[in-house]
Amino acid sequence: MVGWAIAVHGGAGVDPGLPVERQEEARRVLERCLRVGAAGLRAGLPAVDVVEMVVRELETDPVFNSGRGSALTRKGTVEMEASIMDGHGRRCGAVSGLTTVKNPVSLARLVMDRSPHSYLAFDGAEEFAREQALQGVEVVDNSYFITEESMSMLKRAKEANSIMYDYRVPAPGVDSASPGLEGAKVENGLLMNGLPISVYAPETVGCVVVDSNGWCAAATSTGGLMNKMSGRIGDSPLIGSGTYACSDCAVSCTGEGEAIIRSTLARDVAALVEYKGLSLQEAVDYAIKERLDEGMAGLIAVSRNGEVAYGFNTQGMFRGCATEDGFMEVSIW
Amino acid sequence: MGWAIALHGGAGDIPLSLPAERRAPREATLRHCLELGVAALKANRPPLDVVELVVRELENSPCFNAGKGSVLTTNGTVEMEACIMDGNTKKCGAVSGLSTVVNAISLARLVMERTPHIYLAFDGAEAFAREQVKTMGVETAHSSHFITTENVERLKNAKEAKRVQIDYTQPIKGAIPSTKGDSQIGTVGCVAVDGHGILASATSTGGLVNKMVGRIGDTPIIGAGTYANSYCAVSATGKGESIIQATVARDVAALMEYKGLSLKEAAAYVIERTPKGNVGLVAVSANGEVTMPFNTTGMFRACATEDGYSEIGIWPSGINDDLEYPNK
Repeated sequence: MVGWAIAVHGGAGVDPGLPVERQEEARRVLERCLRVGAAGLRAGLPAVDVVEMVVRELETDPVFNSGRGSALTRKGTVEMEASIMDGHGRRCGAVSGLTTVKNPVSLARLVMDRSPHSYLAFDGAEEFAREQALQGVEVVDNSYFITEESMSMLKRAKEANSIMYDYRVPAPGVDSASPGLEGAKVENGLLMNGLPISVYAPETVGCVVVDSNGWCAAATSTGGLMNKMSGRIGDSPLIGSGTYACSDCAVSCTGEGEAIIRSTLARDVAALVEYKGLSLQEAVDYAIKERLDEGMAGLIAVSRNGEVAYGFNTQGMFRGCATEDGFMEVSIW
Repeated sequence: MGWAIALHGGAGDIPLSLPAERRAPREATLRHCLELGVAALKANRPPLDVVELVVRELENSPCFNAGKGSVLTTNGTVEMEACIMDGNTKKCGAVSGLSTVVNAISLARLVMERTPHIYLAFDGAEAFAREQVKTMGVETAHSSHFITTENVERLKNAKEAKRVQIDYTQPIKGAIPSTKGDSQIGTVGCVAVDGHGILASATSTGGLVNKMVGRIGDTPIIGAGTYANSYCAVSATGKGESIIQATVARDVAALMEYKGLSLKEAAAYVIERTPKGNVGLVAVSANGEVTMPFNTTGMFRACATEDGYSEIGIWPSGINDDLEYPNK
């Protein structure tokens, strides 16, 4: 028997100017979700059930960029995505392009458990959601997910984009670390995905768990990148990028989606443990330091031995963890 | 060192009894695509260009399950997906849910090069394609371009058998026999390396026969069906769901980097650990090595290396071998 452990995150890359009340609100939500997860673990629920339950809580709360409170597309709509992976058997489920499903992570779970496939998206995923109504899938109008916060963030993102030509093309005379910045107003000089950090609310959410049997599971959920093109898929629903779980460990990532995909970040942490024999923290540190190139991201991980590890190269990551011995913490910086 | 190229037209339960009229056009297409790829490498085209042009050619052929000749969803429509990755920069592009784009692989490349994103799907991807029609010459066509009578037949058979078929499957006892003993066709892919060790990978597919609308397989998922870095380039084929959970393409490269395995060892390791009958792959290394392992009955495949080796095959070497080509 192993001591169980749970970790959660609410996004890497935190605006140092984020008002204190918002920081406190985020902390409270993370703490509440940790307690929910810990209670499930004490009651003997398997890891995969716990990660789903916790991520549902995070999706339902509007503070983070998932479910209600999701980032908005260019068109001002919400397109949500999520994935879940059960390290016990490496089964997985993922969804993208959801517009009416209240809890994307639960639909991802149903894809895993009740469809012959691993990943459903857009109209097909929405149709599946309706077929699964008897499994408790709730659908609502797209407007349910949109909040005042996300609308004002979209406005700021559009303003920033209208100044920047293409955030990946360096403007002449500007160094490559800040592409397309010429003439842009950048608060604190901090950028992610080419946009000023203030555009980011608390962000993508995720949970990783190892239960008392040593089984690991991971789940991640998001509205994606603020002002994204409709149809854009990020790292969160991609197994091996934003989410991964196997018999050794479970990982959930957050940050610049494109960087996380290029580095297959979640799988890399597990591969470093499995193939290179690194400890969990060593693997996390190595992946963050060596695999991201110029990308900015963070991740949480747990191992079959009950260890918890965080890693991020951003300024801050909303995170927290709890272990069976009674330890609990929530941090931002 | 030296250049090398490998390509596939799908792994699965390709019956040994595959009739000549089904076998010949596929082998001819593989040979033609191999020649195109080799010529491009000899002309010093970058591997990224090479894999794209080879996969375009495979998409345009109705013989394989990509572009024209894509298998159909349960609604009788096509939903194509593709992915391309540049091992040198690890930049990548992916698309899913395309229904009118003639060359999905080229749209994936445009996503990589002309958007801030990596992956676009369904309506958003189609909208992007339309934006790129005038400026980048993206070709679109009516669904009739992609749908073949063979695939309409396959869908009918699959529905009657009430199963989702992988690229090639065992016939079910008592089930209605599939068309002329050829139950399936396959995903396509190409990997290439130049003399400088620069690697690239590209994969394209119509997916699974009778798949649910909106189903995404392994092909567009970086690290599952497609991957390239400074160690190797990999393109996988078979049962998408198995390839995703095993992160097949990424694992080959990870085994080389983290465990010090050779390309052949790494690829064999991954294939062995995936349930039998589910996966095949083609891979090249920075040193110009090639490997094409599979744990299915067969895999349509071809490869060539700068030192003069070339091979076109369907079943494991030594079986039905009369078409294996001698060294050129």
